Order: sequence, then structure tokens, then C-alpha cells
Amino acid sequence: MNTLRRTFLKTAGGAGALAIAATAGLLKSGQAWAATWNKSAFESKAMADALKGLGATNMIDSKDITITAPDIAENGAVVPVAVTSKIPNTQSISILAEKNPFPLAATFDISSGGDSYVSTRLKMGQTSDIRVVVKADGKFYTAAKEVKVTVGGCG
Amino acid sequence: MAEPMKIRATLQGDVADVRILMLHPMETGQRKTGSGIVPLHFIQSVVVTHNGKTVLDAQWSQAVSRNPFLGLRVKSAKAGDKIAVTWTDNKGDKRTDEATVAAP
Repeated sequence: MNTLRRTFLKTAGGAGALAIAATAGLLKSGQAWAATWNKSAFESKAMADALKGLGATNMIDSKDITITAPDIAENGAVVPVAVTSKIPNTQSISILAEKNPFPLAATFDISSGGDSYVSTRLKMGQTSDIRVVVKADGKFYTAAKEVKVTVGGCG
Repeated sequence: MAEPMKIRATLQGDVADVRILMLHPMETGQRKTGSGIVPLHFIQSVVVTHNGKTVLDAQWSQAVSRNPFLGLRVKSAKAGDKIAVTWTDNKGDKRTDEATVAAP
């Protein structure tokens, strides 16, 4: 039994599946979600690119954004995060986990009837900052909170 | 196909506190099994409406947890108002569920 050959086949199989998934994702998002799903931002692997994809270039640090998340998350697969924005005319709230393979986790577009509060649960690969970007009146505000992760949620 | 969502909406003053639990595997495309990598499968968009009017339009990545939870508040709500939630995943699956706002 040639172990090298085994490893090679395994890796090739994995890469193939990934490529198919990527193609399927590409086609679908091209058809149906081109208008809403922010592909460039969601598929960015670096924080800076994700922020650029959101259009958030000049961000202002804000104390009016409250991030409720645990200081230490025992399970990275389920990290509860709640965000409240007291900034008037909040249009959207984006949540990013800085060291995730794809930092942008979620964007919430809030219409006038909604309150500027969202709460959800995220996966985090490792200890990092959770950064929240709030868009209000065309300007971008930001805040961050560090969450220590004991067991990563990517596996 | 997709399992029904659990939606709970309770009135607090004139704000409805809405909690939604969706049942979805939310595969990251990174998890390995014996035969290779489990392909990406995640909810991409969630739309919440209040009496037919959109209040929240969320776009998600695979970083949202398995069986996602979403909490939000809807302003100027009354008991009996309809809250409808629709999600769409990257494979084109869709699911819509509705709930009424309950008095506290």
C-alpha cells in the first residue's frame, strides 16, 4: 500500500468536492442573490477586504454600539452575540469575527419599522475580536469586543 | 424538506420581542468526513416582515451557528400582528413560517 498515493487521492477528492461546491455557489448566487447577498464582502478572507466589500472605509469608533457576547466562549460553534445600536437612523448592522476564515458573518439591513437590535449565534474558529460595523445616514461606525474561544467551531 | 421554524413574538410595551429558531445544518464547507469535505450549505438570506412590511433583511455567511437563532425587536407592534420569516439557503431551499404577536 502506497501511503503517499492514498494521501494524494484523499486530498484530490477533497479539493474536487470543494471546487464543485464553489461552482454551485457561484452559479446560484449569480442567479438569485446578486442583488442582496454581498458576494465580494462575504467571500473575502481578510478583514480589510471584507470591510471594503461593505463599503466601510472611514469608520468612526462609537460608544453607542453595545455588543453583548461572552468574554470566554467555551464552544466556538455557538457564540451568542447581540448588538444594540443607539445611533439614530441605523440602516444596517454587520458582524465580523476577525480571525475566521471568512471574517464577515452577517449583515442585517434594518427597515424603519425594526429596532436597531439583533441577536444571533456565530461560529468562531479561534480567539479574536468581534467587530460590529453600523451604517447610519451613510456613515460607518464601529465597535469591537474580544471573545476568547477555548474550543474552535470550524471543525 | 426543510423543518419548520420556531417563532415566538411577545409584546413588551409597544415593541414586539421576536425570537426565531431555524433548523438548518449550516455547513461551513470546511468540515471533513471520511470521504472528503462536506460541501457548503448555509442560509444566505433571512427576511422578517411585520404585517407584510419588511422590518429586517439579513444576509448571512456560513459563520452563523448550526440551527441558527435570530432575535430582533419590532417597533409599534400590537397583539395579533403577523410576523413572517422567510429564509433562503445557498442551494435554493426556502422556508416561510408565520406567527402572531402574543400579548405579554
